[in-house]
Amino acid sequence: MVYPTQYRYTKDHEWIEAKGDTATIGITDYAQHELGDVVFVELPKAGAKLEAGKTFSSVESVKAVSEIYAPASGQVVEANMALQNKPETINSDPHGSGWLVKVKLSNPAEVHSLMEAAAYEAYIAEKQKEASA
Amino acid sequence: MRYLPKSPAERREMLAAIGVKSIEELFSSIPEAYRLKKPLNLPGPFSETEVVQYFQERAAENSSAYTSYLGAGVYSHLRSVVTDAILQRGEFLTSYTPYQAEISQGTLQAIFEFQTLMCQLTGQEVANASMYDGCTATTEAVLMAERLTGRQRVLVGRSLHPEYREVLRTYAKNSGLRVEEIPYAASGSLDLQALKAALREDVCAVVMQSPNFFGSIESLGPVAEAAHAVGALLIVAVTEALSLGVMKPPTEADIVAMEGQSFGLAPSYGGPYVGVIASKERFVRQMPGRLAGQTHDLERRRGFVLTLATREQHIRREKATSNICTNQALCALAATVHLSLLGKEGIREMAEQNVAKARFVLSALEKIPGVRRSFSSPFFNEFAVELPRSVKLVNAELLRSKIIGPYVLGAAYPELTKHALVCVTETTSRAEIERFAGALKAALESPL
Amino acid sequence: MNRSEVLIFEKSSPGKRAFELPPLDVPSVKASEALGEFHRTDGVDGFPEVSEIEVIRHFTRLSTWNYAIDLGMYPLGSCTMKYNPRVNEFVARLAGIATEHPYQPQELSQGCLKILRLLEKCLLEITGMDALTLQPAAGAQGELTGLLLIRAYHQKNGNPRRKVLIPDSAHGTNPATAVIAGYEVENIKSNADGQVDIAKLREQVTEDVAALMLTNPSTLGIFEQQIPAIADILHAKSALLYMDGANMNALTGITRPGELGVDVMHLNLHKTFSTPHGGGGPGAGPVAVKKLLEPFLPVPVVVEKEGGKLALDFNRKESVGRVRAFVGNFGVLVRALAYILAYGPGVRQATEDAVLNANYIRKHLEGVFDLPYTRPSMHEVVFSDAIQKRNGVNTMDIAKRLIDYGFHPYTTAFPLIVPGALMIEPTESESKEECDYFIEAMRAIAEEAEKSPDLVKGAPHTTRVGRLDEVGAARRPVLRWKPTEKRSEAAD
Repeated sequence: MVYPTQYRYTKDHEWIEAKGDTATIGITDYAQHELGDVVFVELPKAGAKLEAGKTFSSVESVKAVSEIYAPASGQVVEANMALQNKPETINSDPHGSGWLVKVKLSNPAEVHSLMEAAAYEAYIAEKQKEASA
Repeated sequence: MRYLPKSPAERREMLAAIGVKSIEELFSSIPEAYRLKKPLNLPGPFSETEVVQYFQERAAENSSAYTSYLGAGVYSHLRSVVTDAILQRGEFLTSYTPYQAEISQGTLQAIFEFQTLMCQLTGQEVANASMYDGCTATTEAVLMAERLTGRQRVLVGRSLHPEYREVLRTYAKNSGLRVEEIPYAASGSLDLQALKAALREDVCAVVMQSPNFFGSIESLGPVAEAAHAVGALLIVAVTEALSLGVMKPPTEADIVAMEGQSFGLAPSYGGPYVGVIASKERFVRQMPGRLAGQTHDLERRRGFVLTLATREQHIRREKATSNICTNQALCALAATVHLSLLGKEGIREMAEQNVAKARFVLSALEKIPGVRRSFSSPFFNEFAVELPRSVKLVNAELLRSKIIGPYVLGAAYPELTKHALVCVTETTSRAEIERFAGALKAALESPL
Repeated sequence: MNRSEVLIFEKSSPGKRAFELPPLDVPSVKASEALGEFHRTDGVDGFPEVSEIEVIRHFTRLSTWNYAIDLGMYPLGSCTMKYNPRVNEFVARLAGIATEHPYQPQELSQGCLKILRLLEKCLLEITGMDALTLQPAAGAQGELTGLLLIRAYHQKNGNPRRKVLIPDSAHGTNPATAVIAGYEVENIKSNADGQVDIAKLREQVTEDVAALMLTNPSTLGIFEQQIPAIADILHAKSALLYMDGANMNALTGITRPGELGVDVMHLNLHKTFSTPHGGGGPGAGPVAVKKLLEPFLPVPVVVEKEGGKLALDFNRKESVGRVRAFVGNFGVLVRALAYILAYGPGVRQATEDAVLNANYIRKHLEGVFDLPYTRPSMHEVVFSDAIQKRNGVNTMDIAKRLIDYGFHPYTTAFPLIVPGALMIEPTESESKEECDYFIEAMRAIAEEAEKSPDLVKGAPHTTRVGRLDEVGAARRPVLRWKPTEKRSEAAD
């Protein structure tokens, strides 16, 4: 899996694509793979406030629930309502049409402290090594 | 011991295979000081015969040979012997929760049928696989409304079963939920004016019962309208489920909390019964308890699984919709079998017999001087009457004729001393009803 | 037994009927007149219309698709799936037992009250506690009751406190219940032996902690050796020790929680005390307490009056209130008492056999399956799938393959502190032969995992339906039958 270089990544496997003070947020391919088949996504409403590091959404598989943490602070402009009917989009296209929310960032500088694609790829390679040890 | 399939020789063999000399060694992880040195002081051991004898003796000390006019949330109805014949099949009785779907299709399909029957009866879109009872179902419905609306105030009709209200208060004490009671009007129904005055946009739900505790059937439309106008949900509790055989289903409700005991479960001194939560489909992800869903395997064979489990405690842990784990599966099965036996015609006929019997006893009682109905609204098989004399004294008299008289309302409703709740079902014969009326008349006329 | 059986609604046809009522012996009444606008003018739409034989066949066929204790072992850890004695069913159905109304006069309920009283006495003797409530409907409700009692106690002492400590190995009902009781959950990590970490406990117990919820033996089947020390640490800060009694099957007749420092605990009558699971309930979850919590017990309480008569006491000023209507799941309580009476003091033998069976199985599977915690097991043993994972076979796969060998799976993926857990509890109801079959089956599967892993991964192969699409069921839930469903979907 090629991780888009224009995205930034968190240790909890969220990605964020920032353009000025707006951004799109989703979960990475690694995350969807760990989760298995997604059956339900809980999304915040437009206008909801996001706080960096705090949960704002959850993604459910049959047997588990994953809390999703905000990579940066801001306010939700749009939630991906298509996921209500087709949660499987997160599995098939996690970096594209499987996006979770579009936000207006309150502090765009926060994004720069997150991992770039290469660092994230090294991070998950390390995780995968630990798991099979 | 007959429940232990081991001979002394086999125990010795197994200990040897493990590599210990005695069973005590297997308890060595318990500090010596805390291991019991003597056997427990318990009665027994009893042979099977002695076990039966013990309970037969206890049975003889209860109320056999009395006729009862009690309802108040627990109802005596006819039950087919077929229900127990099925319930006692080991594959139903001794099976586990259907987490392993491939080897639990019997239980799962039966649960799916139960959920369907409850939807059909209540007019709601989705129903769960049962709650402990109607009482905790009502409390869970309120907690569900709290989660759905994010509000913490709940308005509860005083005409909701007193013990249901007590349990709600116990749960509310610890959760920040504020419970306020709405009085009933002179008609015996929920006081709509008082409700409207109390409704604000901080109310998560209005809770009412129909037929209510006094047996009166409530008009749900105006209450639903008033509640919805401020964004609150309407929860309707049903304690006499058989009423739905002949009454319009509570479709105006957002959530229905029902006690299913009337469907094939003996009164059994208070339990086990079967509660149901049924609601509109859009609320299902906040619904507590288990849910059976239809699906298929790779060969497209239809099958059933427990689904939406992520709501539940074993996955969400502290974020679960409820802490409930066990439900009442066997009781739900009893209800499913019972309703299948009654069927569309039978439930209507049984309900109509209740309507007829209740009106027959009412007309007999109204002929007694001083006895009159407390409220005027339509009723199903239960109604309140006012007596010219203390109900407790009257009931004491009735006991001498081997009659268990009506429920004394004064304890839970101090403004209704001298009122009693009379319930009669299809199980009480005409002769018995006439005897009851006669005995009641005598009790009222006897010198103090 | 591979017959396909449609839903009861799909067999229905207007005019068919099973149960007939005796004729009405009072004047009939027009329901539409009596009920007016409230009258349901048509029958319940879609309700079944079938004959008696069809009801019998339908449910009998359904039953043959179930596994059950009556058929074989359920090695489910922490579920204690033991034999459900049939005499218990018989006595629960006796006229004079099944027929009693909870509001009937107490003088006509002396038999019921005696049953309650004797069961209380027996359970107090077994647990070594001082007082008991039989009201809670199940273990989870018992846990809630226990926490409400704890809260009431702390409130009376001026500080309700905010937190409850829960080990990471705990059953899901523990944290779920703590939240409903209005507490914050603080996790406490287990040490390398899977036991409560005493040093951590000392740090975490403050005056803000109301209680620790402990399962003993732990969900690993291992006795918490330090439980008296744990109790001391808690009591030093006036916090209480709650014991989840789900694993009482390892302790009955051997030791008593009351003597170990436990302040409050619940029991699962549908586990330890043989009342039937019935496909998922009903159960009962009595709560036993030490004297300090007695004033707060739910109402009503069974008391003895002058002349030896028993009564229900509703007048308890400090009670937490009711947790459910009426007195409790009386029918379940009757069955539990019947079980205890059958054993008497000999109930210790059941515990010994349960622990014997678990250790016998452990001995024969050690080395074949990875054993993450090597302390002595009590009534259950927890392995992991670490060895089999090397071939891509996990605990779920092994569990499903066990079905092909005629067993119900063990508990998979719990406790959470053991990744890929296999939690096995045979109970005392299994004979040596049954244990040997189980061991053979597990060893055979371990070998398959090595030599032909796909066989295990595709299991079960011999059931009426194969692995069911749970993902589809969760994505687009179908939770009831509707008349437009096509019959052909049911065909095999």
